[in-house]
Amino acid sequence: MPLTALSSPGEDERWRPVQERIRQLGHRPDALIEVLHVAQEAFGYLGPDALAFIGASLGVPMSKVYGVATFYSHFTFRPHGEHTCVVCTGTACHISGGAHIVSAVQVRLGVAPGETTADGKLSVLTTRCPGTCSLAPMILLDGAPIGPVSTEDVLARLEVL
Amino acid sequence: MTDVLRATALVCQAASCLAVGSEQVLEALAGRIAQSGLVDVAVKRVGCLGLCAAGPLVRIDPTGALCERVRPESTDGLVAALRDAGPTAAPVSSSALFFARQVRVVTENCGRIDPEDLDDYVASGGYRSLRTALTSMTPAEVIEQVRRSGLRGRGGAGYPTGLKWLTVAKSSGEGKYVICNADEGDPGAFMDRCVLESDPHRVLEGMAIAGYAVGASKGYVYCRAEYPLAIARLRTAISQARQAGLLGVHLAETPYGFDIEVRLGAGAFVCGEETALIASVEGKRGTPRPRPPYPAAAGLWGRPTLINNVETFANVPAIIRRGGEWLARIGTEKSKGTKVFALAGRVVNVGIVEVPMGTSLREIVDDIGGGVVDRRPLKAVQTGGASGGCIPADYLDLPVEYESLTAIGSMMGSGGMIVMDDTVCMVDVARYFMDFCRNESCGKCIPCRVGTTQLHMLLTRIANGAATLTELAQLERLCGTVARTSLCGLGQAAPNPVLSTLRYFREEYLAHIRDRTCPAGVCPVAQRKVVP
Repeated sequence: MPLTALSSPGEDERWRPVQERIRQLGHRPDALIEVLHVAQEAFGYLGPDALAFIGASLGVPMSKVYGVATFYSHFTFRPHGEHTCVVCTGTACHISGGAHIVSAVQVRLGVAPGETTADGKLSVLTTRCPGTCSLAPMILLDGAPIGPVSTEDVLARLEVL
Repeated sequence: MTDVLRATALVCQAASCLAVGSEQVLEALAGRIAQSGLVDVAVKRVGCLGLCAAGPLVRIDPTGALCERVRPESTDGLVAALRDAGPTAAPVSSSALFFARQVRVVTENCGRIDPEDLDDYVASGGYRSLRTALTSMTPAEVIEQVRRSGLRGRGGAGYPTGLKWLTVAKSSGEGKYVICNADEGDPGAFMDRCVLESDPHRVLEGMAIAGYAVGASKGYVYCRAEYPLAIARLRTAISQARQAGLLGVHLAETPYGFDIEVRLGAGAFVCGEETALIASVEGKRGTPRPRPPYPAAAGLWGRPTLINNVETFANVPAIIRRGGEWLARIGTEKSKGTKVFALAGRVVNVGIVEVPMGTSLREIVDDIGGGVVDRRPLKAVQTGGASGGCIPADYLDLPVEYESLTAIGSMMGSGGMIVMDDTVCMVDVARYFMDFCRNESCGKCIPCRVGTTQLHMLLTRIANGAATLTELAQLERLCGTVARTSLCGLGQAAPNPVLSTLRYFREEYLAHIRDRTCPAGVCPVAQRKVVP
């Protein structure tokens, strides 16, 4: 049974691309992953209201929406910090010192991959190879690929954020 | 601008070069040319020029001079090169060899055409194969050409493409599907990214020809979300092709219709497995199911479905244009055509290379790759990603083909090739890939879900210098169990990196266990004696 009321998008402009994609794909249940992508792009994460609204719009039960969304590592359920530092853990980066970058950042800032600093300034994440191995070892700082980087480089860049 | 151009600067606008500022180079160069008053030279956005390690790259057409590491603030040399249409920054010797040894079929347009311009693709012969297939060949004749070419699946398993097409074509029923697997999940593999960013229409054309051959009218490209530029260029290409009547209800004014949509992956390696990929396209959790039935009989929405990888589809227009026998003349007896590799790791010329099947690893690593960084000793070449293995330096003269790589405990895989030198520890590499498989296991079957976790734990104990020889035996036994009893390829192949490193680098494992040392100095081996 479709959910109603509780997940009305209201006036927030950010819902527009989500609703548009739902319409484009004909409110079909199989559009779930596509719509989750658009919602995460619009809001930066998938909150409970977004998941409920998408489920209700596509006729997918909440349990299934949650099951699908949590299966895929691309989706995140908490907002990221003001900045994001994504460290590549692909093979080329790993053998060129990428593994040290993750642990050094963790030691210096006290945040494990997937976590955000207490002041909400920085989220540290890892990725399995965006396929730009000529930059190894590389990071994505606020989405911009940077490499090759040393551990010191990364720490210095994070220091001045 | 005059009609006849004296020279064109081809500026790479694919992900690796963009990451080091090639967009700024393009802008700066266009500005400088406008200032200089030259009217018969042009600047063109192109896809991957191949030698990613030396980006941003600019090639001067027609002289062919390759300018490496171009800075936006110093484009004067380039302007002079265009004016004189002669080489300035002459290619260094290593990069000359880089190009000389390659044979380009799949990547023939990469770095030559504008990936966002349909006309440029058409001008280089694009969509002619589709027209030929639609207007002068029967579906059976198309399949026959693919079969004659000897093309085998480039996603890694190497299943004969013609046979797969024939099976789907023979499957009865309406509403068949064609799916392009662009979920390039192996870490260190970026061949498909290169093709999609550089020549997206080629993949669409291959899919449309496949659709005609097997009797499908709908196709999906399942592309990983980590490739935003590839996705954007695919979407652009699809809408251009629709507008030009090359996708849609009536392709090229024929009764045959075929349309393509993009579906995004969301960071699940297992979705490279075909049944998991289908579940994901259907909007579900990407978990595999037992086969049979194979997708050729019951795939997407239970309909017969053809799934091929990006590189496989990209071979198709060339096969139709030049004939199956033409491709079959390239390569070896059992592995025909070329293979695109993403050369990465501790090698000088990191980039995209395309070579005839049967080329030796030595040619790829030493001649094309320019050898190991800092001239350090080569230890191993890793192929096949998390499902493959490490090939030791002794086997460098091995011809690269499906059977030869499998015979020595590795596999062709999708084409990632990571060069490893003596600073790399093989126990650490095995542990790294097991960590990857453990994280990516979908959890559906126990051997993979539990087995990869246990294998990772054993490898961690070895890396920490805490393991005994009994545990090494346990590791080998468990590898066999996981390989034999897992549901899909992810689990079945997960032990490969362990088994291949045990086969060729057993002494390194023993050093960690007996001597509590890591010969490469990578692992955190404990110095203390372990309580039994």
